[in-house]
Amino acid sequence: MPSYVNPEKCDGCKALDKTACQYICPNDLMVLNKDIMKAYNRDPSMCWECYNCVKICPTQAIEVRGYADFCPMGATCTPLRSTDSIMWTVKFRNGMMKRFKFPIRTTPEGSAVPDGGFETGSDDLHDPVLFTEPASTGMDAVYTK
Amino acid sequence: MPAEFENVVVETDVLILGGGMSACGAAIEAAYWAKKNNVKVAVVDKAAMDRSGAVAMGLSAINQYIGLKDGQNSIEDYVNYVKQDLMGIARDDLVASIARHVDSSVHLFEKWGLPIWKDADGKYVHEGRWQLMINGESYKVIVAEAAKNALGTDNIYERVFIVDPIMDGDRVAGAVGFSTRENKFYTFKAKAVICGMGGAVHIFKPRSTGEGLGRAWYPPWNSGSSTYFTLMAGAEQTCQEVRFIPVRFKDAYGPVGAWFLLFKSRACNAFGGEYMVERKDELANWGPYGSAKPIPANLRNYLGMLDVMEGKGPIYMRTEEAIQKIANAETDDKKRKKKLKELEAEAWEDFLDMTISQALLWASTNVAPEEKPSEIAAAEPYFIGSHSGASGCWVSGPKDLAPDEYFFGYTNMTTVKGLFAMGDASGASSHKFSSGSLTEGRIAAKAAVAFVVDNPEQPNVDDAKVAELREKILKPLVLFEENSGKTTDPDTNPNYIRPKMFMFRLQKIMDEYCGGVTSQFITSKPMLEKGQELLDFLQEDSDKLGAENLHELMRCWENVQRLFQAEVHLRTVMFREETRWPGYYMRSDFMAIDEDNWKCFVNAKYDAASKEWEMKKVPILSKFE
Ligand SMILES: Cc1cc2nc3c(=O)[nH]c(=O)nc-3n(C[C@H](O)[C@H](O)[C@H](O)COP(=O)(O)OP(=O)(O)OC[C@H]3O[C@@H](n4cnc5c(N)ncnc54)[C@H](O)[C@@H]3O)c2cc1C
Ligand code: SF4
Ligand code: SF4
Repeated sequence: MPSYVNPEKCDGCKALDKTACQYICPNDLMVLNKDIMKAYNRDPSMCWECYNCVKICPTQAIEVRGYADFCPMGATCTPLRSTDSIMWTVKFRNGMMKRFKFPIRTTPEGSAVPDGGFETGSDDLHDPVLFTEPASTGMDAVYTK
Repeated sequence: MPAEFENVVVETDVLILGGGMSACGAAIEAAYWAKKNNVKVAVVDKAAMDRSGAVAMGLSAINQYIGLKDGQNSIEDYVNYVKQDLMGIARDDLVASIARHVDSSVHLFEKWGLPIWKDADGKYVHEGRWQLMINGESYKVIVAEAAKNALGTDNIYERVFIVDPIMDGDRVAGAVGFSTRENKFYTFKAKAVICGMGGAVHIFKPRSTGEGLGRAWYPPWNSGSSTYFTLMAGAEQTCQEVRFIPVRFKDAYGPVGAWFLLFKSRACNAFGGEYMVERKDELANWGPYGSAKPIPANLRNYLGMLDVMEGKGPIYMRTEEAIQKIANAETDDKKRKKKLKELEAEAWEDFLDMTISQALLWASTNVAPEEKPSEIAAAEPYFIGSHSGASGCWVSGPKDLAPDEYFFGYTNMTTVKGLFAMGDASGASSHKFSSGSLTEGRIAAKAAVAFVVDNPEQPNVDDAKVAELREKILKPLVLFEENSGKTTDPDTNPNYIRPKMFMFRLQKIMDEYCGGVTSQFITSKPMLEKGQELLDFLQEDSDKLGAENLHELMRCWENVQRLFQAEVHLRTVMFREETRWPGYYMRSDFMAIDEDNWKCFVNAKYDAASKEWEMKKVPILSKFE
């Protein structure tokens, strides 16, 4: 189900330094039409329906319509992602609705410290022990032959 | 138009290609050792690291965790499991090298903020023996955040598409590519290069060819860049015949792992027959691997395929039966209802975390899994050496674990000096998955820093050669500009071929001659020879690719990369005269496993100057048997 943009909601991310959907799409599909300041998916048949553009859009202008070649029409999956959880609303073709909420991270955004707070290691560049080891393995030493 | 392209030159010491799981691991590890040793590190990704690679959408499980600290499994257990699943073909030293560090990386994920499910005793919840359940919507965002914090955004180049290596004799000297946003041609000069640009999809024709073309199981943005880049550098490849065919929920390719492992669901044909039971005698035909447990993924595929070939499809995952069975184990009615609700949420999260299309397909066909079974099917072949395939570079093992024959100086270095490979780019060490790929990136990065410290001289970069590469890489823009006006429809023009049609031509050849879906995964020498003949024409026509803009220029090179991934695959399938992985592909002219002659690796090499291929057998040396 490729993504599509609702022209009434898209403001071309004019308040941001970059167009959010264009920035995030892993397949370089979302582009801004600068003449009308609206974004669009330039090649729906190369879309993975990863929803990354949907999740990042500040105005919720992007939705997804199931791939027309195998999805009967009428259903939607709509995410609302916050800093620590995601809410999904699933609407069935027959009108049934389901809601799910899942956690997405346990720490504040931006706070990931590379060594994870583990003591850093052996400091021998030529042995196989990685920089947070052995502490991060939970063992006294790294396995060797 | 190419004349307008600005030349950007970046000088670094360790160059990391890709921004996926392995590249993030490499960035994190390299940053530490680089600082101590005064070494520079840069990362280049064609996309935005927050959401690039196979984990862009998220995942619902970490598929490799050994559980060493709790004594759950040993390294040897994992090595034996991987080798058994790959029908005897795997590198013990490489699998062990990753396995001894992977728990360490998973513990880091947890510290960074990835929610890993825990039971009442605070232990990780396992999906299967090696798999951990996670709330993984933001898995990639979290890992990329740690990588960016380690390296600093100034050393990260996003939206730069890498094409070719730069060589200094037999040593790698850097890489070239272009920005997909601005008219800029990039030259990266480096002392060591670590390749982690993922696997490949759209080599074979997918089942959906309309709007759903992009909905392959594997993400459409990984196009064989790793294989192409390392082939062009002259690096030896291994296991390039070992494609991966996942059996998944049909059309949207939703994951089945939780259904089989966690919910213990059965898969049945249209007549209620269970192929894993009814066809179990067939397993005895496939060497020691058919009779051991767990049954290799390809053999499980194969038994299902036999049902389909006999017209017993559709094949169904019996979700309704599995859910009812678990719920009915609760005798109390209230508890039963609660359990059902929990299972339902888990089943939907499994899709919403990593294959949202499947949730959408269920919703659009009014499927409630607790009431109705869902169809599963074998997808088309993919190249993903980190999963249940094995294709990638032949790399050095670590000194302490590798036999002498498998050790050439630095862990994860390819046969080319200074060029390292990780994740999907390194072969014969499958079942790394997300956690193992990140871990392998860490291993490769530490070794690459060591290489740079030991080999501090800057390799020579020949400017004339770079200029030649620039002209070649930008040529599709020229061809289009010069010729598009010669017809009234730019799509139909005798002077160039647009990348999408080029891709369709490749897919048709591979699908029909090299054992794709249409040919029921069956091929043979005459079929492969015909396929090779058609690939040769396509090789010639790759010189005629035309690109209207930067986006299409990327599409052109993606498809040239796919073509080389296709060719090395076809040649290796042709070379190995047996059927070792039925269910991935069958050779109708050698429909049996041949332990006497083919219990070995097949390695391939390409010489970019002479355009010649070299194929050879390499013995399997075991560490644990
Ligand atoms: C559908 C699916 C489900 C999976 N499920 C699980 C699971 O449940 N659990 C689990 O543990 N693992 C799972 N895996 C496996 C896991 O995703 C991979 O093992 C892992 O992502 C491999 O890491 P990598 O770094 O090799 O490649 P990737 O993570 O795919 O990264 C490749 C990187 O290379 C970049 N790139 C590609 N080409 C170029 C180029 N030309 N120039 C510059 N950059 C480029 C991409 O943008 C990307 O950043 C799954 C994989 C898939 C496809
Ligand atoms: S992110 Fe949303 S608002 Fe911004 S350009 Fe894209 S569609 Fe428009
Ligand atoms: S759903 Fe994913 S692939 Fe499709 S346009 Fe959005 S970000 Fe790109």
